[in-house]
Amino acid sequence: MFYRENGQFKTSYRADQQIFPIAQDRWAVLALVLFAFVGVPLLVDEYLYRAILIPFLILSLAALGVNILVGYCGQISLGSGGFMAVGAFAAYNTFVRIDDMPLLLALLSGGFFATLVGIFFGIPSLRVKGLYLAVATLAAQFFCDWAFLRIKWFTNNTPSGSVSVSNLQVFGQPIETPVQKYIFCLSVLVVFGLLAKNLVRGAIGREWMAIRDMDVAAAVIGIRPMYAKLSAFAVSSFIVGVAGALWGFVHLGAWEPAAFSVNRSFSLLFMVIIGGLGSIMGSFFGAAFIVVLPIFLNQTIPLLGSLLGFEVSTAFISHAEYMVFGALIVWFLIVEPHGLARLWSLGKQKLRVWPFPH
Amino acid sequence: MGFFLETLIGGLMAGMLYSLVALGFVLIFKASGVFNFAQGAMVLFAALAMARFAEWIPLWTGLDNLFLANLLAFVLAGAVMFTVAWLVEYLVLRHLVNQEGATLLMATLGITYFLDGLGQTVFGSDIYKIDIGMPKEPLMLFDAVFEGGLLVSQEDLYAAAISATLVALLTLFFQKTATGRALRAVADDHQAAQSIGIALNRIWVIVWCVAGVVALVAGMIWGSKLGVQFSLSEVALRALPVVILGGLTSVPGAILGGLIIGVGEKLSEVFLGPYVGGGIEIWFAYVLALVVLLYRPQGLFGEKIIDRV
Amino acid sequence: MSDKRIGDVILDVKNISLAFGGVKALTDISFNVREHEIRAIIGPNGAGKSSMLNCINGVYTPQMGTISFRGQTFDHMDSRQVAEMGIARTFQNLALFKGMSVLDNIMTGRNLRIKSNLFLQALRIGPAEREEMQHRAHVERIIDFLEIQAHRKTPVGQLPYGLQKRVDLGRALALEPQVLLLDEPMAGMNVEEKQDMCRFILDVNDEFGTTVVLIEHDMSVVMDISDRVVVLDYGQKIGDGTPDDVRNNEEVISAYLGTSH
Repeated sequence: MFYRENGQFKTSYRADQQIFPIAQDRWAVLALVLFAFVGVPLLVDEYLYRAILIPFLILSLAALGVNILVGYCGQISLGSGGFMAVGAFAAYNTFVRIDDMPLLLALLSGGFFATLVGIFFGIPSLRVKGLYLAVATLAAQFFCDWAFLRIKWFTNNTPSGSVSVSNLQVFGQPIETPVQKYIFCLSVLVVFGLLAKNLVRGAIGREWMAIRDMDVAAAVIGIRPMYAKLSAFAVSSFIVGVAGALWGFVHLGAWEPAAFSVNRSFSLLFMVIIGGLGSIMGSFFGAAFIVVLPIFLNQTIPLLGSLLGFEVSTAFISHAEYMVFGALIVWFLIVEPHGLARLWSLGKQKLRVWPFPH
Repeated sequence: MGFFLETLIGGLMAGMLYSLVALGFVLIFKASGVFNFAQGAMVLFAALAMARFAEWIPLWTGLDNLFLANLLAFVLAGAVMFTVAWLVEYLVLRHLVNQEGATLLMATLGITYFLDGLGQTVFGSDIYKIDIGMPKEPLMLFDAVFEGGLLVSQEDLYAAAISATLVALLTLFFQKTATGRALRAVADDHQAAQSIGIALNRIWVIVWCVAGVVALVAGMIWGSKLGVQFSLSEVALRALPVVILGGLTSVPGAILGGLIIGVGEKLSEVFLGPYVGGGIEIWFAYVLALVVLLYRPQGLFGEKIIDRV
Repeated sequence: MSDKRIGDVILDVKNISLAFGGVKALTDISFNVREHEIRAIIGPNGAGKSSMLNCINGVYTPQMGTISFRGQTFDHMDSRQVAEMGIARTFQNLALFKGMSVLDNIMTGRNLRIKSNLFLQALRIGPAEREEMQHRAHVERIIDFLEIQAHRKTPVGQLPYGLQKRVDLGRALALEPQVLLLDEPMAGMNVEEKQDMCRFILDVNDEFGTTVVLIEHDMSVVMDISDRVVVLDYGQKIGDGTPDDVRNNEEVISAYLGTSH
């Protein structure tokens, strides 16, 4: 009754193909963005920024990048942790080695170098498909692990192998307090989200999806598989690289190569699959799920334990977290293999016909 | 020259162990099209079970004989793995028939996390020993040909022998028995196999049980070498390049792949490593597999993926 | 059937042989196609008809023989080049992009003509936006032509088979092809759907002058709408001529009906 398109007639193709064709959607998204920029800083305390919001924003960005490659173009990649590492260390090196390097430029340079590495490790996708490709992308992950550990130049020859950055500012504004970090990450996410959405609804997005769905037919209508796949790797790695740079600079402040291990790659893939493959919204949902879940479990397992009357050790909590996490992933995949985005669109469908059942 | 041969032999035997883990992957993939990331967790789980049972059985039964205790532990651990296999099929796989590869992969990743957590909860998270009586002193072979002889680890030799026997038995099982034939039919085409009356869920339980036993043997051997600890589940990541090098669907591929990777890793570590800063074994196997894939995108012996329009 | 609209030879297939390992799919096939005509390829199942189209499209590479298009000769075709030259194709088993809507599927056919690069598309302002809208307008004309307006936003996987076939045709038409290769466009359709599809094919040939090469099993359709027919059997050509010529050809009759002993 509230969520109807009655009376919303489009009189131009432009209007028909906008990102949110339904007026209610436009209002809702505007309200959400406004709330995110203005409302949240008024309501939220420091812990929430550091523990949930900032990781959520940065990992959403990374999940967005991974979704472009895996969800839209159909190339399963397990190397995203490595690309994040490239982004972080490349940004670090440009930031630290070049005097007066603006932060934004450093972050973008991280993305740029991640793109180069991404294209290089994407070349096998021209010959190799499916699970073979997935395992081959692990080569990228482990090679990056090794490179940042062993090649001391990358870490500015620090004895410990870890690096740190300080004194971040953008256009004169410092990025120090949690609120500032939050607004910065939010802005980056909104900009990249918009660019990504434009890409996936445009010609290149259709090329990616064509390659994903049936690459022989795509070749016959004139799409070059090489260009489509490598551009997917390029765009995806760029976004993931920038996210990696943000993770190191803004969220961690100081990091070592192990921060971008293969577990990060798996976790990004979880986000994308649970959130919904081939969906921009899905990337956000998935990131939220994976960021919030461990914290949720951390709070509730001791609670449950005390309710049921037994003492839980920290070791047990961490083991139980593993178990619940694993079980939840499996349960979710059984119940909705297309992810949270599908549940969301089903919900909207129900809302459209409410109060009627169908 | 002697040193080179030593390294080579060491590599071959390490490779045999990789093959053993890779075999678990290949078996499950062949029969169900599922890439079982949880194989590593299964190795750890099985090893934990065996290690702890071996400890607890003397306490429960007062049995003194090491050999009998180990045997009972092996059987009990095997039973545990069978239960795990049955539960995985019943709770997970049955509901995910016909889903795409990425979803199944993620599901097995979920199972990995679950098994890791469960294993450590039930069996504990310290480092445990498995003592199956493998001799630890190295052998000196061929000392007539090479001065001082070649240093060969006896333990590795036994491990290689056990692995080879297991592989031979499995190959016979697949090729010569009716169940093996059914497994191959299911691997080829689920729906076609169903249509001729093969009960998919029964087959899957069998396959996961076999994979579970393979995991147990692998866990036993690795555990006896390195001790049973959490990092054992990482052994899956070491075996993955073997699987794709050999081809996801090929048992001989898993063996050959294992040997190639084992030898390659050892040789590169010793002869190449010092020039590039060392520690290259974390990526060497993967890059080697990647290079092979560029020439044969389906692995050395894998089935060619044919796209039809 | 007026002859004056049919032009010179536009596509010339010479001595094409194609084998997969020991299986000979095509043996020494030669025929030509004249501009603006409707050329049917018929033959029993397994005769190699789809393989022939696949050779023209660059999906398969023949071991021997050449294919000439507008005077340019090739011994193997590159898929993209073929699309650029203006040869488009539908598929026997559809080969639609199941994850996309009807509109998007047909829009992919316009990809060859989209000039904006990645960066412009990401920003989606000015020239990129205008180009997208231009192509959308063109695709909408195709959608109108094929009468599938009601389904333009539906994911193709959800459409009935007959409509999916139309989308396949739409995607091929979006390339603005000079030659249209249709692989059993009417397979699995009922009488009404076949009539609709015939109408579309004839309209395309009439209004746009598109040359049509058509693989079809329904003899009444073939006899009705085609100008010339090629008959294949077990990878060899056993007939080539007008529908009447072919209808009376002994070899063709025995290939379809078998010979009496």
